[in-house]
Amino acid sequence: MPETVRLLDENGVRIPSPQWDPLIDDLDEAALADLYEDMVVLRRIDAEATALQRQGEIALWPPVYGQEAAQIASGRALRRDDFVFGSYRETGVAYTRGIDPVEIARVWRGAAASAWNPYEFHMATAQVIIGAQTLHATGYALGIQNDGSDQVAVTYFGDGAMSEGDVSEAMIFAATYGAPVVFFCQNNQFAISEPVTLQSKTPLADRPVGFGIPSVQVDGNDVLAVTAVMRQALQRAREGGGPTYIEAVTYRMGPHTTADDPTRYRDPAELELWGKRDPISRLRTLLETSGLDGPELEARAAAAADRVAAAFRAGVQNMPDPEPMSVFDNVYAEPHHELDRQKNEYARYLEGFAS
Amino acid sequence: MTTQTVTMGKALNLGLHRALADDDKVVLMGEDIGRLGGVYRITDGLQAEFGQRRVMDTPLAESAILGTAIGLAYRGYRPVVEIQFDGFVYPAFDQIVSQVAKMHARTRGLVKLPITIRIPVGGGIGSAEHHSESPEAYFAHTAGLRVVSVSNPQDACTMIRQAIASDDPVVFFEPKRRYHVKGEVDDALDLAAAPPLGAARVARPGTDVTLVTFGGLVQTALDAAAAAEDEGTSIEVIDLRSLSPVDYDTVAASVRSTGRVVIAHEGPREVGIAAEVAQTITERCFHFLEAAPVRVTGHDIPYPPSKLEKHHLPDLDRMLDGVDRVLGRTRVSA
Repeated sequence: MPETVRLLDENGVRIPSPQWDPLIDDLDEAALADLYEDMVVLRRIDAEATALQRQGEIALWPPVYGQEAAQIASGRALRRDDFVFGSYRETGVAYTRGIDPVEIARVWRGAAASAWNPYEFHMATAQVIIGAQTLHATGYALGIQNDGSDQVAVTYFGDGAMSEGDVSEAMIFAATYGAPVVFFCQNNQFAISEPVTLQSKTPLADRPVGFGIPSVQVDGNDVLAVTAVMRQALQRAREGGGPTYIEAVTYRMGPHTTADDPTRYRDPAELELWGKRDPISRLRTLLETSGLDGPELEARAAAAADRVAAAFRAGVQNMPDPEPMSVFDNVYAEPHHELDRQKNEYARYLEGFAS
Repeated sequence: MTTQTVTMGKALNLGLHRALADDDKVVLMGEDIGRLGGVYRITDGLQAEFGQRRVMDTPLAESAILGTAIGLAYRGYRPVVEIQFDGFVYPAFDQIVSQVAKMHARTRGLVKLPITIRIPVGGGIGSAEHHSESPEAYFAHTAGLRVVSVSNPQDACTMIRQAIASDDPVVFFEPKRRYHVKGEVDDALDLAAAPPLGAARVARPGTDVTLVTFGGLVQTALDAAAAAEDEGTSIEVIDLRSLSPVDYDTVAASVRSTGRVVIAHEGPREVGIAAEVAQTITERCFHFLEAAPVRVTGHDIPYPPSKLEKHHLPDLDRMLDGVDRVLGRTRVSA
């Protein structure tokens, strides 16, 4: 069994570690308060999105609820020019990259096939095919290597993806070429209804070792530990040390998506257990212990969450539907005479309704 | 002009060499393409000249070859991947169909994937299972991909350069049985002056029947046309070159003049390229047609053992049988 890196226990008590503490020395109270606020805002985005789904404004939403520390801490550890390839459940990582949640909702509203400009935020658009993005990150990392850059490619995926061939192939390629890529697995215990025990008979963090990739298991609900292991992995990649695998052990407190009913497959006792390991309350306790005013901290975060949520709601509600003829846009980068013909045919068809 | 007489395999090698030399963002990836130079030696000598970062021997994982090519393209590279044999492309099918083909549309044109996917294709070489297939239709059916099939050394050299230069992903089929056939090649041809990647070519003019095909069967069609001429039938042979998009203007112009069309390919018949060409030509040239279009294709069977492949692949006689049928002459088959 791998040893789980944990620097902040479930009760918010700091666990000193000579190995990992130097990696988070700079995280003062102000920095931790910022991480706290990020997590509170993220949880609010999830709640708002779920409400918008219930009100019919968006068709679907995959909540991050419970995984805030894993996403915020790892995302905040990145350099601006590192490049992220995630799945469709990386709202928190996207938030740390400065991506407007309205853009994420644009896809779930069905108004666009993808959201933000990947090159503006250094984050690829959401990937729905499970595990496919791990290969894209590895290829991007090969490009980084070719260019002699010290950027890092980071790929996010879940426990379910560990059964996909693409993820194993990505680790093989990354190890073979020593590519500067971090494999960040959020083990949130479920792939829709299937528990992680159905994906693997051994801890997920054991598997990369067989590919020759350094692997670390971390308490995914511990912002300090996630920051530390992510920083170590990034540093290794920047210095030419190749890939690292991180298994962030966390829990999906919500459904797979708003279309899911987790009561059909989840033990309420387990949910209660993980509720006590909440990443946000844990950090709040630490901050209060170190002398910060809890209610003030909470009020500040709540105000930020209110602002983001209001803008999010307004942005979604005021989002225009795309133009009909845009279905033909960007299928090809260069002219394609047969598609142009279809486009003209359809334009004429639509014009028939105009009079 | 730097014309030389080389095999189609060497012509591809020359085209790849020029692409590597012209643009340092071009990288080649595949199994056995480096030290060995590829199982068909198409990349012979390229790793020695351009190094292991430009010509990469990869682990044996087709999905990963495509998936990492996507990541490289995301960063501005122009990857050229070799799938070792036609029947080995399927593990990469998901990355090709779900990612390569859709990324440009998905990202509203922000992410271009100028990936060239080279696939040695087709039968007629007496090979083992999974080494003789014709999977063109799968890819031609997928929006976002361009699909081409070359038939001769000059096209091979020019079109591989055009495919690499294209900002769209291109599935590039190379008929194995033509690798060793020689022809004149100018590897420095000005790409802007060459026929565009999507254009068909009249390979032989004729007046009685239009015979449409591509790739490895173009030479068979030319041989059939020569044989038919001895019997007094004039066949116009069209080499499609591009299967997505198909250059229907060139095909239609021919059919409007001949009134009869036969379409031939190695791949299975149902939902094949020939069916699509026949339907589109029927729509666009209905009043010019003297007979229903005729297909001459592989059967709807798994590719047979090599001792039986002559009973699967369209050959000269089957093409002429098709020509007879479209002319209303009764010959052997119905």
